[in-house]
Amino acid sequence: MSYLVAHAARVAGLLGQHVALVAASLAIALAIALPLGVLAARRRRAGTFILGTAGVLYTIPSLALLALLVAALGLGAPTAIVALVVYAQMILIRAVVAGLRGVDPALVDAARGLGLSARQRLLRVEFPAALPVVLAGVRVAAVTLVALATVAAWIDAGGLGVLLFEGIHTQNDDKIVAGALAAAALAVVADLALRGCERAVRR
Amino acid sequence: MEPPPHPTGARVEFRDVGVRYGESAAAAVAGVELTIAAGAFAVLLGPSGCGKSTLLRTINRLIEPTSGTVLIDGVDVRSREPTLLRRSIGYAIQAVGLFPHYTVARNIAVVPDLLGWDAARIAARVDELLALVKLEPSRYRERLPRELSGGEAQRVGVARALAAEPRVLLMDEPFAAVDAIVRASLQDEIARVHRELGTTIVFVTHDVDEALRLADRIVVMNAGRIVQEAAPDELTASPANDFVRSLVGVDALTRRLALQRPLVER
Repeated sequence: MSYLVAHAARVAGLLGQHVALVAASLAIALAIALPLGVLAARRRRAGTFILGTAGVLYTIPSLALLALLVAALGLGAPTAIVALVVYAQMILIRAVVAGLRGVDPALVDAARGLGLSARQRLLRVEFPAALPVVLAGVRVAAVTLVALATVAAWIDAGGLGVLLFEGIHTQNDDKIVAGALAAAALAVVADLALRGCERAVRR
Repeated sequence: MEPPPHPTGARVEFRDVGVRYGESAAAAVAGVELTIAAGAFAVLLGPSGCGKSTLLRTINRLIEPTSGTVLIDGVDVRSREPTLLRRSIGYAIQAVGLFPHYTVARNIAVVPDLLGWDAARIAARVDELLALVKLEPSRYRERLPRELSGGEAQRVGVARALAAEPRVLLMDEPFAAVDAIVRASLQDEIARVHRELGTTIVFVTHDVDEALRLADRIVVMNAGRIVQEAAPDELTASPANDFVRSLVGVDALTRRLALQRPLVER
């Protein structure tokens, strides 16, 4: 704990970087996963392909993916964000597909019969009905990314992983504990905050 | 009696309508020739899978016939853009399908809102409709669907279907999921609404008693075809064949007597 107390400002700075990495990745990942999820839920063959591809990407070990991306994109935060976005796809697309496929068919029938266009049905009826499931996926993705983002330090992308790698190299257990505690706390806070959102929309 | 406050219903015609799902499958609906008069209460009656819901859904183009033509007041429904057509036709289904995140008032306002009515007109219409389906506006306006009983939800469903003053109202087994007492009261209400508004109602059911009670024309269907089309008393008095006879049952005489003393004032 002594490192955490003595270097609170540095830990806070790295925590800030970590949050920025996760938030940026999650935002970009959602922007990609929402349309892909809608497509996958609508078209069976496209769905099989999209979920299959996301599943394969998800199975690549994180260090291997980062190494490959560094070869293509170089070191730094942007490369780490690309990796995190890739990992989040599997979780987010699945959540969008599960959410949309789980919408009560009677609701969709009523919406069609009343004369809502496909777009109006999606935005006014299907997305709101799918939202709790989608948010649950966002929560799982956020917690996963908080953990994965520690590895980003390995490619000079900053974040709390910096403490872990420094601690390992200098055999400074205190640093490792500080980094791990901060990352765990961040994951717990993200989980609780998003659970709160889920409850609010499920209400 | 005062004339209905809204334009009376439209005439609905089926000209040699057939529906086939996929290439090889048997036709869901075949060779349907039927005219439903303006303002009629027509009930499509038959066992499940007989094609009655399919036929109903060709009227608002939820299903496109593979052959033949559906006309509303002489106009081919295919000449109208599907979403616009549907907004001009009421639609109520067994599962109701109220939007769970919308209040009762917003649910009822869905179609007027799509049609671009102004807020004051919509608010007035919502209250008018809640009163029509016997739900106190001040008590129900702001409720969410999950705070409603099954019967109340279906009343809201009917109000939503009628919101934009449609000249045709389609109802697909609307009261099948509620208990017998609530169903009887909903049947009374829809009969009254029909009398008051003069809307053409096309109503699907497998329940013979419901058909006899509500319809002024009953269209009996089996295996995708119309077996008999008749007024309720004519149907019970002279069923066209054994299928209709077995459908209206051995209690035909009792049913005829029941028709003599309707539960709803006529």
